Amino acid sequence: MTATVTREASAGRTGPVRRRGISGHLRQERRAGWLFVAPAVIVLVVFLFAPILMAAWVSLLDWNGQSSPFSGDAEFVGLDNYRSLLVDAGLLRGDFMLSVRNTVYYVLFNVTGVVVVSFALAMVVNSHVLRGRSFFRTIFYFPAITSSVAISVLFLFLFQGSGVVNVVLSWVGVDGPSWFTDPRGVLHIVLSWFGVDAAPGALAETSLGGLSLWDWFSGPSVAMCALITLTIWASSGTFMLFFLVGLQDIPVELEEATAIDGAGAWQRFRHLTLPLMRRSIVLVVTLALISSWQVFDQVFILSQGAPAKTTLTPAYISYVRSFGDGQFGVGAAVAFVLFAIIIVLTLVQRWVGRERRA
Amino acid sequence: MSGLTLRRRAARPPREAVPVVLTDRYSPLPRKVLVRVIGYGLLALGTLLYLGPFLVQVATSFKTDADAVANPVSLIPSPVSTAAWEIVAGSNPAYSVPVFRWLGNSFVVTISVTLGRLIIDSLAGYALARLRFRGRTVVFAAVVAVLAVPGVVLLIPKFLVLNQLGMFDSYAGMILPLFCDAVGILLMKTAFEAVPTELDEAARIDGAGVFRTFWSVILPLVRPALVTVTILSFQGSWNEFTHFLVATSDPDLATMNLGIARLTAGDLQGSQQFPLKLALATLSTIPIAIVYVFFSRYFMRSGNATGLK
Repeated sequence: MTATVTREASAGRTGPVRRRGISGHLRQERRAGWLFVAPAVIVLVVFLFAPILMAAWVSLLDWNGQSSPFSGDAEFVGLDNYRSLLVDAGLLRGDFMLSVRNTVYYVLFNVTGVVVVSFALAMVVNSHVLRGRSFFRTIFYFPAITSSVAISVLFLFLFQGSGVVNVVLSWVGVDGPSWFTDPRGVLHIVLSWFGVDAAPGALAETSLGGLSLWDWFSGPSVAMCALITLTIWASSGTFMLFFLVGLQDIPVELEEATAIDGAGAWQRFRHLTLPLMRRSIVLVVTLALISSWQVFDQVFILSQGAPAKTTLTPAYISYVRSFGDGQFGVGAAVAFVLFAIIIVLTLVQRWVGRERRA
Repeated sequence: MSGLTLRRRAARPPREAVPVVLTDRYSPLPRKVLVRVIGYGLLALGTLLYLGPFLVQVATSFKTDADAVANPVSLIPSPVSTAAWEIVAGSNPAYSVPVFRWLGNSFVVTISVTLGRLIIDSLAGYALARLRFRGRTVVFAAVVAVLAVPGVVLLIPKFLVLNQLGMFDSYAGMILPLFCDAVGILLMKTAFEAVPTELDEAARIDGAGVFRTFWSVILPLVRPALVTVTILSFQGSWNEFTHFLVATSDPDLATMNLGIARLTAGDLQGSQQFPLKLALATLSTIPIAIVYVFFSRYFMRSGNATGLK
């Protein structure tokens, strides 16, 4: 970013000097400049910036997707769509709050999982004592380039009630759940092991956004865990590459020096590798966080929000409300709230990352 | 393949010296052996976890429905059944899935998007890297801003604009919106910036116009970036799903992914024909897998370019 700014600035400085000598060429260059970027600019304006503005307008309408949203047929309802989403008690707010809860757990577990797994993969693949590392790197990255649809179909099979995952679990004596029909939250399950089966009074009575605190603290449902496993598996290859780039930037001399100084493997990891990898970690967390909030394809194929709406996500609500129920205004409003959430999180993440580095 | 590692390794001092010191002072050979054993153990486990599911997928596609349910883990179908693949190939008169239609649509869209992106990205990348024109900074900022827009938020906006332009349910509507490719533009821009400006100037002094300079002199020098953009576009549009979901409703326009998704999330839900579904999933993965085998280096490079911007 900084590099670009400087370059722009220096281009501006050299500009006037050259203009005197070859003004004809400069004129040609200017015209060519616009001609060259024109296709890109047209495509971006028509299919990206304009649609976003249109959607912003539609989110203020009660529009069913039939007529043109600009003809005046659709009623202008102001911020009503946003209100029914965030403020007014009702089915929509209930669904939206559930989807936020689901996604918060999804994000929490997915981001943690993906950072740990991809870091571990990167460490192993970067380890100099092992041979065939590039071969293994190719294998670990393969799921990342496969389509989410194909992978979702595969996981639907793996996580069947009597599927591969449960068969493997039964080898170690674990009786696997019926993954895609089990709406119980994992925190609730853990609590039930300690005899807490129903909500303690205070948690059941206090509610936030129409959802009781007991429900907020459910943890991801069993079905959601299958979804989380899928994303960790499918995206860890990509993040492994980010970590790999970071690891290869650590000077070997530094590692060797600490090794000679007698630092153990764990100490080296804790006091040398981790601090030097902070930037990579912040980057991976940010990217994983952003993509986690957008989960859609997998939900569409694996669960459609079921069981008991525990895999409902904002993106899926936005799609179903619009294309299923014909409430495009509501769908667009959900999209913008989601947009806002992602932007705020990115900014917070950036700020936290910067703070620590300083 | 290991371009990254190799280049770095070359600059390093011989590695032999240090481990010898280590083993002498602290622990004899066993420690190094232990590290290796653990390392290979982890690699084996990882391979099982990352490759295993794909093996299960291919194996299951050759099973009968009953065998797939009864022995999901087994990698050897018994009996071996090509029933699923016969349906895929269209040679089962009783039951057919329009696979060739889906494949055709996928190829048409993927190839068009890739060609379009190559042209748009390299032109824009060159202009942003080299040409001085008013508004360049604004265009550059806009391209960077696009990176920050989460794709899933565009579901409804894209439907709106296609509807408004009368492109809903058309190849144009499937292809044109995918020409938006900020990553590719930035990738090309970076590549052009690495080419010395002297070359442009030499070409100009020889009397070449801007386009001629771009096309015959500079573009051939950024071939690796062009390959990266090609692969990135091919993979991205072949795997694309949500855009086609909102841009079409006509089954005749379904791509491989859309067809499989509709089949899985709807029609066959009750009957659970997993061998068929997994045969389709395998088929849809094959083109990507082939490209990956030959160009994995470029895949990895593009993966990094996407994020580090």
